[in-house]
Amino acid sequence: MANSDRVKVRIPAKAKKGEIIEIKTQISHDMETGQRKDAAGKTIPRHIITRFTCTWNNEPVISADWHQAVSANPFSSFFALASASGKIKLSWFDENGEVFEYVHDITVE
Amino acid sequence: MDSTTILSRRSVLASGAAAAAALTLSAPRPAAAQEVDELVRSLMGDVKAKEGKVRLKIKEVAESGANEPVGVSVDSPMLANDYIKAIHVLAEGNPYPVVASWTLTPRSGRAEVNFRMRLAKTQVVRAYAVASDGQVWVGKQEVKVTIGGCGG
Repeated sequence: MANSDRVKVRIPAKAKKGEIIEIKTQISHDMETGQRKDAAGKTIPRHIITRFTCTWNNEPVISADWHQAVSANPFSSFFALASASGKIKLSWFDENGEVFEYVHDITVE
Repeated sequence: MDSTTILSRRSVLASGAAAAAALTLSAPRPAAAQEVDELVRSLMGDVKAKEGKVRLKIKEVAESGANEPVGVSVDSPMLANDYIKAIHVLAEGNPYPVVASWTLTPRSGRAEVNFRMRLAKTQVVRAYAVASDGQVWVGKQEVKVTIGGCGG
C-alpha cells in the first residue's frame, strides 16, 4: 500500500541503537463529531478516526483509541525506542472502514 | 384586529420561542463529574488513582476550544518490568468526556503523548496513567474556554 497523501510525518531517517526518537504525525481528516448541524438543521453524521497504531518492524510501539473530541486533522507526537533498522508503520482507521497508512524506513546504527 | 388577537398572537410567538429554547436544552449536555467517574471505571476498573507522576501540559486559557494542544508526560523509566501501559485523557465538560486512550509499551521509550483536542466549554481536563504494576496516577487541570469547539 502506498503512503497516504493525507499523512504528513516528521521522523528521523537515522538513529543510534537505544536512542529515543520523536515521531510527529498529522493526517488530514474532518473528524466530524456528529454534533454539528448543516444549514437545513439536519445533524451531520459522525465520521471520525477511531484508532491509530504505530509499529516498528511489526512490534507495537504505541496505539490509541480516539473519540470525537480529538480535533480535526489530528496531530500527534510521541516517542519510540530505536531498536533495529527497518520500517516504522503508522495506520489510521476511520469508522467508515477506510485505512490510511504511512511506512517510514529508518536506519539504526 | 382588536387587542386580544394581538395578545394571543404574541403568546403564540412566545410559546414558539419557548419551544426553540427547549430544543436547544435537549442538545447533548456536558456530563457531570459523576458520569465521568463512571467512564473512568469502565476504562480502568475500580481503581484508586493517586495524584502525582502525571504532568498535564495544557494552556490555562484556551484560544479556541476546537484545536487545543494537550501533552501528557508521566514519570516512568519505561523498562520491560516497569512502564506506563496506558494514558487516558478525559474532558469533564464535553458531551462525551473520553477524548483519547493511548496504549504504550516499553518500545515507546518515553511515557509522553501530545495531540490536540476539542473543549466544549470551561472545564477540568483529567489525565490518567496506568502503570505496568497496576497503579494508577492522575493529573488534573482547569482550562478556560471562551469559544467552544464541539458545535458548528
